[in-house]
Amino acid sequence: MEAYISLFVKAVFIENLALSFFLGMCTFIAVSKKISTAIGLGVAVMVVQTITVPANNLVYHTLLKEDALSWLGITGVDLSFLALLSCIGMIAALVQILEMILDKFFPALYHALGVFLPLITVNCAILGGSLFMIERDYNFGESVTYGVGSGLGWALAITVMAGVREKLKYSDIPAGLQGLGITFITAGLMSLGFMAFSGIQL
Amino acid sequence: MSAVVETSIINDETKKVLVEPLVTNNPITLQVLGICSALAVTSQMSTSLIMALALTLVTAFSSAAISAIRNHIPSSIRIIVQMTIIASLVIVVDQILKAFAYDVSKQLSVFVGLIITNCIVMGRAEGYAMKNPPLESFIDGIGNGLGYSLILIIVAFFRETLGSGKLLGIEIFKLTKDGGWYDPNGLMLLPPSAFFIIGLIIWGVRQWKPNQVEKADFKILSISHGEGGHH
Repeated sequence: MEAYISLFVKAVFIENLALSFFLGMCTFIAVSKKISTAIGLGVAVMVVQTITVPANNLVYHTLLKEDALSWLGITGVDLSFLALLSCIGMIAALVQILEMILDKFFPALYHALGVFLPLITVNCAILGGSLFMIERDYNFGESVTYGVGSGLGWALAITVMAGVREKLKYSDIPAGLQGLGITFITAGLMSLGFMAFSGIQL
Repeated sequence: MSAVVETSIINDETKKVLVEPLVTNNPITLQVLGICSALAVTSQMSTSLIMALALTLVTAFSSAAISAIRNHIPSSIRIIVQMTIIASLVIVVDQILKAFAYDVSKQLSVFVGLIITNCIVMGRAEGYAMKNPPLESFIDGIGNGLGYSLILIIVAFFRETLGSGKLLGIEIFKLTKDGGWYDPNGLMLLPPSAFFIIGLIIWGVRQWKPNQVEKADFKILSISHGEGGHH
């Protein structure tokens, strides 16, 4: 149990996907102008991440990994080079299914999150989470923890960023730094803040 | 047909497609695309160069391939089709790197795979290749790849020289621990410095090309007389 808690804390703070691996930066910069939309996108990323990382874990361990097909009686087959293709296919399919389910059964939630779901298929944070899971060889339980934790970390980062940017629009910024430039500098300062967590030993 | 293609290689339109993404329409500093990997791999020049090369090739070839079949892709499933083509090309690049440059491929870790979701590749496929013939799309891919490479190389140059006193592993500044004069700035090797450098590059580019400056949401009024707005 302790191992899972430490993995969770690590995924949220120390190895924050947005601020220490720069994943999902395009949407992180583009959709962080208002707190309400940032929270919407953050929650959507968290939900999708929680579903896709374990799903990709299952696919990888039962189909793609070296000798994973032995349950079919096939040995000596290593399909792990297909991981990239299967991960992105899985993500695209799951996002599509999630969109349809939300639309049918939870219309209110669909209206809140619906616009963000297509953005998520091409969000590096989602694919990055799955690829890190494969690279670090997590088992199923760890992949669930990592999925929830990394999604929460990303949601936290974008919400904080949106909060800063809402205040920032009243400040007097040099013309050339206006908009994108100052956003980068702010993200840098936030990343510096998150670096402080890296001293935590778990 | 071949004569048309040959003349079109050097005409103005092609040149514009190739040169414009470098500064005037740079994918990173103006279009805010593909920043994820631009920040993550730039702590060393060698990884940045490999990444730049990989992305340029993937963008160019995926644009050309998508453009070649653009009239046969049903629009409802075009994203999936584009993604499959891009993912296949990335797998090829990944396997080549693992075979011939294993160390670099280990350092780049997941970021080669993340070329799939790099917005530059998808953006060019969706925004340019779906509407233009293969050769132009190929050149457009090369141009945008080079625009990305340019930023990557500038960032990596500052991060590696200031952070470790070396460039491509060759000593530039002699470090204090080897009896030299330069005390390396460790911050340059950490994630925040990449944000700062790109922010400053954006500032520089916009100072040079003022038409890229974004409009402020709120304007701070000067309180001097005569600008009160009474007409």
